[in-house]
Amino acid sequence: MTRETAAFPAPSSLKVVPGTEAAQAAYPYYMQFTAADDQRFWFYNSMHFPEPMSAFDMVTAEAAYCALGSSTTRVHCIPTTLGIDYRIINGRVYIGGNAVTDPAEIARRTGEFQQRAFYYYANWERLYAQWREKMLALIRAAQALPKLELPEFEPLEHVHAGRGVASNHQLLDIYQKTLEGYFRMWHHHFEFLLLGYGAYMTFFAFCKKAFPEISDQTIARMVAGIEAEIFRPDEEVRRLARRAVELGVDAEFQEGRTPQVIMAALEKRGAAGRSWLEELATSRDPWFNINVGDGFYHYHRSWNDDLSMPFAGLPGYIASIKAGESLERPIGALQSQRRQLIQDYRELLGSEEERQAYDQMIGLAHRVFPYVEGHKFYCEHWYTNLFFNKIREFGALLARHGFFAREEDVFHLTHFELEAAIIDLMTSWSNGSPPRGPAHWPDIVAARRAAIAEWARHSTPPALGPVPEVIDDPAIVMLWGITRESLDAWLRAGTDAGSRELRGFAASSGVVEGPACVVRSVEEIGRVRTGDILVCQITNPTWAPIFQKIAGAVSDIGGSMSHAAIVAREFGLPAVVGTGTATSRIRDGQRIRVDGGRGIVTLLS
Amino acid sequence: MGSAFVSMVAAVSSRSSPEHCVSALTYIAWFDAIGLGDRPQVGGKAASLGELTRAGIRVPPGYVVRTAAFERFLAALERVAPVRAAVAALRCDDLEAITACSRALRRRMQEAALPQELTLDLAAAHERLLGAHPDQPVAVRSSATCEDAAEASFAGLQDTYLWVRGLAATLERVRSCWASLYSVESISYRLQHGFPEEQVAMAVVVQSMVDARTSGVMFTRSPTTGDRSVVTVEGAWGVGSAVVGGEVTPDRWVLGKITGEISVRDISDKHIQHVAAAAGGVEAVAVEDERRRVPCLSDEELQELRALARRIERHYGRAQDIEWAIDRASGAILLLQSRPETVWAAKDAAPVATPQQDPLMHVMSIFGKPQCR
Repeated sequence: MTRETAAFPAPSSLKVVPGTEAAQAAYPYYMQFTAADDQRFWFYNSMHFPEPMSAFDMVTAEAAYCALGSSTTRVHCIPTTLGIDYRIINGRVYIGGNAVTDPAEIARRTGEFQQRAFYYYANWERLYAQWREKMLALIRAAQALPKLELPEFEPLEHVHAGRGVASNHQLLDIYQKTLEGYFRMWHHHFEFLLLGYGAYMTFFAFCKKAFPEISDQTIARMVAGIEAEIFRPDEEVRRLARRAVELGVDAEFQEGRTPQVIMAALEKRGAAGRSWLEELATSRDPWFNINVGDGFYHYHRSWNDDLSMPFAGLPGYIASIKAGESLERPIGALQSQRRQLIQDYRELLGSEEERQAYDQMIGLAHRVFPYVEGHKFYCEHWYTNLFFNKIREFGALLARHGFFAREEDVFHLTHFELEAAIIDLMTSWSNGSPPRGPAHWPDIVAARRAAIAEWARHSTPPALGPVPEVIDDPAIVMLWGITRESLDAWLRAGTDAGSRELRGFAASSGVVEGPACVVRSVEEIGRVRTGDILVCQITNPTWAPIFQKIAGAVSDIGGSMSHAAIVAREFGLPAVVGTGTATSRIRDGQRIRVDGGRGIVTLLS
Repeated sequence: MGSAFVSMVAAVSSRSSPEHCVSALTYIAWFDAIGLGDRPQVGGKAASLGELTRAGIRVPPGYVVRTAAFERFLAALERVAPVRAAVAALRCDDLEAITACSRALRRRMQEAALPQELTLDLAAAHERLLGAHPDQPVAVRSSATCEDAAEASFAGLQDTYLWVRGLAATLERVRSCWASLYSVESISYRLQHGFPEEQVAMAVVVQSMVDARTSGVMFTRSPTTGDRSVVTVEGAWGVGSAVVGGEVTPDRWVLGKITGEISVRDISDKHIQHVAAAAGGVEAVAVEDERRRVPCLSDEELQELRALARRIERHYGRAQDIEWAIDRASGAILLLQSRPETVWAAKDAAPVATPQQDPLMHVMSIFGKPQCR
């Protein structure tokens, strides 16, 4: 296929899966494709939204793109790009960039950018410290939202206090604050992100030019922090393993036992067991507020919601401690390794001039990177988890009033529809008539649930519309790693589906062969056995506790700078991420070879 | 002839250390006594081997027959009939005359007796090198005194003789190296470039022969991209002449110089290898089928080569092209030669980036066109 003729299917040629039209229509009008969209290039954001989005979960795309675009277009005024446009079809999120190409406009925006972004860079530490305070305040505000209550009569004390506003209004207030907090959180998320990635990319691009054959992961190792928050949850699991041994209760932690069984057994062990449970409680707040996925879907529950992930790691860590191994991350050694790596590459540069430029660029990358690494815990994990759990409370309330069968069904309503359902309930409580929802929502929820299942069975093109000659939008290159080369690879992919090889990002070098354990959800992680090669959709640092027993890792989604890649490197495990199709093409138990240095997975049996 | 030499050098060989030999032998220098600064007296190849030996890098032991030996030999020839003047008198476009002169001079060089003090020194050095095993093979290699770039053009100066056994054969090969200065190609080259004859001299390296299981080359800068952060290793079974001569496609690896990460493993079909021939020298033999597509280096050996490459590059302070071999019996890696890399060094022009007054300006390479604030 030549470049001239290269094109992905036009958006208008992509049809809504028959029978799911009503579910598709649930998404707001501004997310639907129209004929005018055929002129533009779109790509499927499989990195962040690898599965069909339920009606409610689309709020993540809305809030995130609103905030991302504000930052690039109007707050920091990135010279060459505006924000991200998005559309949804069959539950799949397609996005398109808005590059600025007019030189005069770029020049005008450059002036703005340098007054804004440069101020952030120059005052990074102060603004980042302020950011943490703002973020913690936002988290505290979300935690402080009252429980949802609709008593039969307004409590007497409310009346005697002359409160004047009844409990049903409280529901709307809490809901709107919940939603408002989520949209606000995404602004915080993007306050520094593009600037952080940009500074990192500056150093990255320099390294690629100075050392054309350097691997992405080596550059990542030069920049990545050693004491990032994202390592902390796994460190807490190690700490709990140590405490279990010290308290003499380690025998309770056996592979295959559920957390509930283990905790019940510990209760019966008296003081030592209770001490361990208290240790668990301190670890849980806040460090177990980490999601098993990237936090973009309501069903990416946190360790706090489902303890099976951290508990899955405990037997292995306990065995290591009893074998006399230290589970401490050798912080000092890791830091001096990083310093040495930076120094060694510096020495290889061709001139003193280049060395000085290198020092400037890595200095800036180190300055910004704590944010790039740290924000995820607060935003995508802790806050997102609070948010979806609050929505779940509304789900439970509405389910109690017969709007639908299960609290999880609430996620099949858009956030507009959810507000309508809440107002329906408020009205019913106020006027004594039964709510209308129970007659309205169950069929709709059932149809949408079926539609999600149907959409998940259909693959979707990686991109739509005419292929641009160059991808000159730094936001797209930076956040999604999409280049002209990757588009060409996608265009080719259609022709070699029969191959025995899968390609992805070389995340952590080394070659390993072994049986694949294809894990589609966190409930299945109990199946992972020592020596297996983990094959999953998203690798995530929250999965770190099981990295100790696997021989390698393969994922559908993720880049070489993903935290999963960083954790794999730290464990010294070969890993290939971002293969696109690993969980659908690799069978459970199939022998595979992972070449983490080249980013290739080979199917052997 | 061998026994006669032994009696002649009996006095010399009783000396206790190579250092003594060096101070005593006018025409010989040991590797550990020379460095890059000795190039005019020992030639580039020997100077480099000496430099590596002194840096503690394992090089097959050996000595160099200094240019002074060549001068002494030439002086003896000149007393019989002119040599340098005969060449200087030639016209560069008169191929017929050059050919005739070359033939005559080379015959004289092969036939004339060696001055006795030369023979004595060489015999002493040879005995010192081989000790109780005088028939152990050696490699005899020319070591030219001219600059690297020009060196390659003196095709005749690149002579290397492998698996040379015994003093007599060694002396013959030393003469052959000297005589190669008077090959038609060498003479023509000098005439064309106006190279003054009185400056023409040659040293000769005599070195223990490595019976190589595997040998090859490595580059401390990528030959394809000029990247300084990788080491490219090429190797094949047997002696390196098969790789250098292009008779076999070598296996090829690319390693991160700092990280050791192996990013490329190209294992080729190595159908032949060069091994010692019964009559001296090397011969090409077929590689057994089951070894043809087997990597000729283990990962441990690759990492050892990488460490060696880094050490040598640091020692010289610039990128190097390195020849190495792995001894069949001991498995030890030995260095045969190290030359400065020239192709990419010549291409280095504009720096990848220059320091900015305001370091923040660097981000404009990502976010937009750089402009003044």
